Amino acid sequence: MTYMPHLSRRSFIIGAAAAGGGLAIGFDLPLGGPAVVRAADGAPEVNAWVVVRPDDTVVVRIARSEMGQGTLTGLAQLVAEELECDWSKVTTEYPTPGQNAARKRVWGDFSTGGSRGIRSSQDYVRKGGAAARLMLVQAAANDWKVPVAECSVSRGVITHTPSGRTTTYGKVAEAAAKLEAPRDVALKDPKDWTIAGKSLKRLDTVDKTTGKMVYGIDVKLPGMLNAAIKACPVVGGKLKSYDEASIAGAKGVKKVVKVGDDAVAVVADTWWHAKSALDALKIEWDEGENAKVSSETIDKWLAEGLDNAQPAFVGNQNGDVKAALANAARKVEAVYNYPYQNHATMEPMNATALFTGDRCEVWTGTQNGEAAFTMTVKESGLAAEQCDVHKLMLGGGFGRRGNSDFVRQAVAIAKQMPGTPVKLVWSREEDMTQGRYHPITQCKMTGAFDADNNLTALHVRISGQSILVYQRPEALIKGMDPATFAGLAPSGDAAIGYSVPNLLVEHAMRNPHLPPGFWRGVNINQNAIYLECFMDELAHATRQDPLEFRRKLMAEHPRHLAVLNAVAEKIGWSTPPAKGIYRGIAQHMGYASYVAAAVEISVSEGSKIKVHRMVAATDPGYAVNPAQIERQVAGSFVYGLSALFYGGITVKDGRVEQQNFDTYNSMRIAEMPKVESIVMPSGGFWGGVGEPTICVAAPAVLNAFFAATGKRIRSVPLKDQNVSFA
Amino acid sequence: MIALTINGTEHQLDVEPDTPLLWAIRENAGLTGTKYGCGIAQCGACTVLVDGAAMRSCSVQVGDVAGKQVSTIEGLAIEGKLHKVQQAWVDNDVPQCGYCQSGMIMAVAALLQDKPTPTDADIDEAITNICRCGTFQQVREAIHAAAKA
Ligand code: FES
Ligand code: FES
Repeated sequence: MTYMPHLSRRSFIIGAAAAGGGLAIGFDLPLGGPAVVRAADGAPEVNAWVVVRPDDTVVVRIARSEMGQGTLTGLAQLVAEELECDWSKVTTEYPTPGQNAARKRVWGDFSTGGSRGIRSSQDYVRKGGAAARLMLVQAAANDWKVPVAECSVSRGVITHTPSGRTTTYGKVAEAAAKLEAPRDVALKDPKDWTIAGKSLKRLDTVDKTTGKMVYGIDVKLPGMLNAAIKACPVVGGKLKSYDEASIAGAKGVKKVVKVGDDAVAVVADTWWHAKSALDALKIEWDEGENAKVSSETIDKWLAEGLDNAQPAFVGNQNGDVKAALANAARKVEAVYNYPYQNHATMEPMNATALFTGDRCEVWTGTQNGEAAFTMTVKESGLAAEQCDVHKLMLGGGFGRRGNSDFVRQAVAIAKQMPGTPVKLVWSREEDMTQGRYHPITQCKMTGAFDADNNLTALHVRISGQSILVYQRPEALIKGMDPATFAGLAPSGDAAIGYSVPNLLVEHAMRNPHLPPGFWRGVNINQNAIYLECFMDELAHATRQDPLEFRRKLMAEHPRHLAVLNAVAEKIGWSTPPAKGIYRGIAQHMGYASYVAAAVEISVSEGSKIKVHRMVAATDPGYAVNPAQIERQVAGSFVYGLSALFYGGITVKDGRVEQQNFDTYNSMRIAEMPKVESIVMPSGGFWGGVGEPTICVAAPAVLNAFFAATGKRIRSVPLKDQNVSFA
Repeated sequence: MIALTINGTEHQLDVEPDTPLLWAIRENAGLTGTKYGCGIAQCGACTVLVDGAAMRSCSVQVGDVAGKQVSTIEGLAIEGKLHKVQQAWVDNDVPQCGYCQSGMIMAVAALLQDKPTPTDADIDEAITNICRCGTFQQVREAIHAAAKA
């Protein structure tokens, strides 16, 4: 596959000129005649999603970013399904954000996060495939001068049924590209899928096993230099000064540059030279007020927000919780907390930029090509037509690469060295300390029972950081961050799965200085722990089976219940586990998908956990590639359990304390349990896959730990509770 | 100048002897299949073979391996035919983002040299690479598949 489709300049300009305004995504080119847009090799675009080469190769354009989650293959499957082409001849390429801008966003949204790569583009990419099919078949019918209704297509071969004549997509693509795009295209019923819905192999695997895959960090350009950077370790602080003389004569160094008002970079022939010189460079920071902040001060501030007298946003409310609590026969209360987490993508942040005075180009792995492009335009000071971003494979994203801070830095450096391409690579230490962290929260849970042990009220009071305030302030609703209530909302993509007669979910917003970001699963990570561990507490407090207790509250939530039942059955909840084995269970909803987990663990020496089995169920509505979904489930458990056992970013003197994987560890294969995935798409909606299951891993393990030890852990990470993997 | 044999080809690298082997391979020899993940021997993304033994190249000085045989991911396939570990990786669709997989594959290649049919316990002990995408389930399956190949 190609990562940089080189639409030739000429054809690109024609395409841009031909693009009309206000047309549906992927259909900007209804004009016939000479206005055929061509790919770099001259092959015609049937439409923006589909290029067919004379040898019948089908190039599917992918707007979203591949970062390991399999969206590239899944999206290609959806297009190929409707196109009725030969899957073995499918290849993919990324259009650039600059091309998208020039063509009035013909490829729609590039942003890849929120598990929406497939679910929010499936409709228009399928239509793109279907429209291309209709045009290709029409072109064959025109050529044969027969009614199109007499023609059929299978695997890219078009047949005129009455005469038995055949032709292929490659032969009619030129003619098809000149036809007008059909206005209405019908999509297949997913029941009839033969390419989508199947566990096909990924399209991008071989190069990832041979070292050939080019990630952002691997970019090589003629005359390129390398940069290492250090930003003020106290976020919000400024660069005061640096002493260039302190690295006089350092090998390979070409230049030391200020980057923005808070960072300094060393540019050298090699990155190793740049980094070595940067480490030796004497730098003075103006750390500012934030230097007074520590984890202790943050924890104290958040704890104050748990006080009901403090102001809070209400995210979900029914009945009268206050009255129900006052009349309770029994109350249970517990306080939980969840720390900052860093993404720690395997590939540290990086971007390469070339600024020439009248043009600026960037090469980078990004989850949001359009945001990277906008940042390039802004930081370069050039016009959009003078800029572009070339998207490369991401060595992990998990939400971190939706930000363009490293693109801004790369352009700022390149601008100071016109004509020279500069590759900026963050050290792991920079990556660990300049994150966009999973936000920190605490949560006070209060439950009320009547005399018959029926749950009459639930009060969820979250105190802590909002992501949207920092990342997307325009999405706040009168100051409230609705994303905070993921999995606890009354309805929608992240609805709570329990009916409680009196319910109050609220958020006392407190935003410490560390910048928050979207971190795989985002707010369902902590919300599932808060809710699902507390449900377990409520069950045990009233001597009820944790599964039965939940089921009683789930009659009105059949899809939540179905995944819970599925994991309970598979783990064998109704029969006792083997001696020394303990079980835990959890369910939640996020990204429009329903997920549940059941686990079996053993505990030695009272604190060493071995996770033997994890059963996961997920109902994403439709499953485009079940094998890839299983991999996302298992992978999400590794990410989620790494955060549970080893994670936690802490602050001292305003700085992040963790520097590398020695203090921010990650699970290894020896700690990996066997994951058994149940993919149970129930149809009628499109849910996400990359993120939802992450959130049920931790509460299921914590609940099993309670079953094993009688100890309830309400604080993450476990390393700080002296609990570890066995 | 340091003489280094990488994948059977002799290189004369203009590099200081205390440069980490990782950066000499990536920047001076220009082979970028070997990855940087931590620089402190924690993650294994930089794993290469030095005289057949798996090493974390970020924490080996290039001067210390002068004259030795270094094998990187680029040298594993022979005349276009994938090594059995690579083939097992392809057959089992192991990589997600793939960034850790060069190091993972090199570590597994070394393991299979020592123990052609490793047990799960052998795997747990020998393979300590980090994979943030969490491909371990497929890695384990693929190791067993490669051992049988
Ligand atoms: S980069 Fe060498 S072990 Fe991580
Ligand atoms: S496949 Fe992404 S880090 Fe391992």
